[in-house]
Amino acid sequence: MKLTTTKRLERLHDRYANGDLSRRTFLTLTAAAAASAGLSMPWMGRALAAVQEVRFDGWGGTVQDAIDKFAFQPYTAKTKIKVVQGTFGDEDEIITKIKTAKPGDYQVIHSSGVNYYIKYVNAGLTSEINEANIPNMANVLQPMIEPFRKLTPKLSAVPYDYGTTGIAYNTKVISPEEAKEKGAALLLDKKYAGKVGGYSDMTTRVWYAALATGQDPNNLKDMDAIWAKVRETRDLAKKFWSSGAELMDLLSKGEIVVTDAWSGRVAALQDQGHPIGYLDPAGSYAWMEDMLILKGSPMAECEELINFMLDPATSIAVAEGQSYPPSLDPNKVKLTEKIEKLPAFDKTGTMKSLTFADPTYWATNEDAWTKQWNRISKGA
Amino acid sequence: MKRRWTLYDPRLAWMLVAPVLLLLIFFLVLPIAVMAGYTFFTFVTAGVETSALTTANWHEFLTDSYYSGFLLKTLRVGAITAALCGVLGYFPAYFIWATTFRHKWLLLLLLIVPFWISFTIRTFSWINILGEQGVINVALLKLGIINEPLPMLYNEGAVILGMLHFLLPYMILNVYVSLESIDRTLISAARSMGCTSAQAFREVTLPLSLPGLAAGLLLCFVLAAGSYVTPQLLGSGRDALFGNLIYDTIMGELNWPMGATLSIVLFIVLGLFAAVYTRYMGMSQIVKGLGG
Repeated sequence: MKLTTTKRLERLHDRYANGDLSRRTFLTLTAAAAASAGLSMPWMGRALAAVQEVRFDGWGGTVQDAIDKFAFQPYTAKTKIKVVQGTFGDEDEIITKIKTAKPGDYQVIHSSGVNYYIKYVNAGLTSEINEANIPNMANVLQPMIEPFRKLTPKLSAVPYDYGTTGIAYNTKVISPEEAKEKGAALLLDKKYAGKVGGYSDMTTRVWYAALATGQDPNNLKDMDAIWAKVRETRDLAKKFWSSGAELMDLLSKGEIVVTDAWSGRVAALQDQGHPIGYLDPAGSYAWMEDMLILKGSPMAECEELINFMLDPATSIAVAEGQSYPPSLDPNKVKLTEKIEKLPAFDKTGTMKSLTFADPTYWATNEDAWTKQWNRISKGA
Repeated sequence: MKRRWTLYDPRLAWMLVAPVLLLLIFFLVLPIAVMAGYTFFTFVTAGVETSALTTANWHEFLTDSYYSGFLLKTLRVGAITAALCGVLGYFPAYFIWATTFRHKWLLLLLLIVPFWISFTIRTFSWINILGEQGVINVALLKLGIINEPLPMLYNEGAVILGMLHFLLPYMILNVYVSLESIDRTLISAARSMGCTSAQAFREVTLPLSLPGLAAGLLLCFVLAAGSYVTPQLLGSGRDALFGNLIYDTIMGELNWPMGATLSIVLFIVLGLFAAVYTRYMGMSQIVKGLGG
């Protein structure tokens, strides 16, 4: 949808009325708009024309396929704004690219929740969303929005989905009973040495080491014990995977028989008929994902896109497609039976049954722990 | 009196070289200089650094044995790969040179064919060959030769194999070009003076083809030691090379100053090897080899 000058001015007025803009800024912008309209040349119309495309970067694979099919394609059909897509396997990778690009080159990121949000904030990459332009945010779970708001009262991201990193296992090798009995300890079972996998990510490795040592992942007391467990898993592991596609490849080809895994990717494997079981052990690592708008992006168009993505019909279709529950509040929006059966789905809407990483605590230790994990992963 | 242009006028030479020089300055010297400057920046937190100058990154590199250990391991893997390329690449090059096959160009074309396929896809293909459900294991299991799949993937052997696959054409081309420049009458002369075929090869062909072999070794060594994708796809974490260390420091820890330091270290070390080669052999052989 092209945003007309009138609509832009209406939005400007709305932001002023909502207190998002100071009187001085509002008058300056209005005067600038008036001047540009009055003094415009024929070429300026083209130069100032509404944005024709929005850049989106996500996790690729089945997740992005679902977003593309159920959100972007209908959005483009409706508005004529094209969504240009890129993918990444690791979010740090895209942060590096964003840092080296000029503002606006990258615009909307399918980001990994508050833990990563803090990195964008620290690097000065965040924008300020005008929530009035995203009315569908009213349906988003407040417990998912609050952690973001604690970091920046003016949001730069909107929660979109959530999931868990639980234990996936090959049911031809490991029975559901054994998996249930051993839980997270399966990753340390010597019986499966050389057939164990894991996400090559510091948070996941430390989290599961915390569960194995009986510590609270959000308040670790004995880091030596944690690193010892991380090494133990490393020595049993065949491969630490670094993308959802690689995880699915390793599990489906039987290269590994047990691994910590993203719930949605496992659901996708199960849909494809692979003999893969999944369980969330007590304290399983829960995470949320958000649509983050970067500084320098065309805000009106990005907000419009996110609002479209949060429309209940779109959001439900995407959730079913990517196999991750949506951020919609089940007390406000009627969700489908398929979504209610997804791993990690919280029917109460309070998110109290899920254990998320405390962003402040993890951010404090992130640098040192990531460095240590990188070393251990390479045999140190 | 105004000087007139002459055919070998130095001014003309500078003018002709100027575009390449500018390209080199902007796309090679300047980026390396920026990276070198970055090594003295201060890392604050993931993705954030300040321009406050410090030698902390160099101090960490020079005092932490983790880095030097990785560097030595990388040089070892690079040397093994280059040596294997030399051994395995010499014979096909010799065959192509010596054959009387009318369509020799076809053999040379076969060497270049792999470059038409993406490097990543070529590397990924080894997963389907060496994996537990790969061609080799499945065939051996079905033939009853083995009971358990052989662990051929995600180890150093797989990494070296992947790099051999990628680097062998460079070696063969270098050796072939070197062989092509040998005056065949020298071999005939050796034979007419009583040398057997083996002696003629040992006394004439091999020594005269050594510059090409050396150029191939250097090229394969430098490319293998700077490799990043192959260890990432075919190796486990333990099989990572220095390039992976740089990647993780920049992309994983978002620590650009330290990543820049490691990059400059690898650049200097590999540059030293190239400098030593140039001192004794000259670069012309590599240029010939790459040019075909």
